[in-house]
Amino acid sequence: MDEISQLRLRKAIQNGLPLTQQPYLTLAQELRLTEDQVMQTINDWQDDGMIKRFGLVVKHHTLGYKANAMVVWDIPADKVDEVGELLSLCDAVTLCYQRPRQLPEWNYNLFSMIHGQDRDTVLQQLADIIEQNGLSGFKNDVLFSYKLFKQCGGQYVQASTEKLSKSLVSQGATL
Amino acid sequence: MSAARNNQPVAKLSELDKALINLLQDGFPLTTRPFLTVAEQVSSEENTVSEANVMQRIQALLDEGILSRFGPMYQAERMGGGLTLAAMKVTEEDYDRVTAQVNAFSQVAHNYRREHELNMWFVLATESPEEIEDCIDDMEAVTGYHVFNMPKEEEFYVGLKFAL
Repeated sequence: MDEISQLRLRKAIQNGLPLTQQPYLTLAQELRLTEDQVMQTINDWQDDGMIKRFGLVVKHHTLGYKANAMVVWDIPADKVDEVGELLSLCDAVTLCYQRPRQLPEWNYNLFSMIHGQDRDTVLQQLADIIEQNGLSGFKNDVLFSYKLFKQCGGQYVQASTEKLSKSLVSQGATL
Repeated sequence: MSAARNNQPVAKLSELDKALINLLQDGFPLTTRPFLTVAEQVSSEENTVSEANVMQRIQALLDEGILSRFGPMYQAERMGGGLTLAAMKVTEEDYDRVTAQVNAFSQVAHNYRREHELNMWFVLATESPEEIEDCIDDMEAVTGYHVFNMPKEEEFYVGLKFAL
């Protein structure tokens, strides 16, 4: 499939799949492609990581996950992969990234996100994580959010230019 | 400990809704009749779910705002863009002004106030990786505050955690 067709397909699905019995056929008809081409391309994008996830994204707020804590850790360089892996396996952790320290103001290099029903739940989950994974020797800090000041949806391809655009992962759970 | 036990959802969801959300957070079938595929997957001996039923519930969950998306989540960097997490240390008296100034940048996507000396946290998403630096320079000029730039160095993949 040529690049223009790929861009058009990317744009066509960025705000969601059509809710028709045969959504890939619907897209194919709109874009003058075949259903197979559409399915194959989406499959390739998932395989090569361009599409991180393909399916439903829930609004965690609506589901009652009101507390959103960024839990940050100071982990020595030789342990950061191991601890990152451990955290990513915890049920309560919804995101986990290694990021650069900003000394002297910021001494944390591992960022994890925990969503929970309320603050007490999140703190209990964190306590369990520390205990179960033997992480009590590492300094951490919990940054609860007060309020969401700005949240935009994921506009990946600009409508006007059909150019790959600034984009954002918008699960509402972005670190 | 499980997410399901600790995070009881507030929105009222039927068993079918929960089954659909749990199943489809993880992926959507690439079949000619994907909603039929899903219907077969969530049907049980006691309860047969139809293709139309699945489509209707997904539409309803979108309409009710329980789902924010139904489709692909792109990897920003792979789309050729820049993405970073940024933070600022803003005084209480300047907080509202700086919030307004920061949010005026179209590249700012999520802006949370958090409890820490670094109290303003937001995501910057730009059309190209180079634009991140320019955007931060502009933001520092406009607000008079330093912007801490913390791009990801490594991502540890977490599965899908909003289990219902």
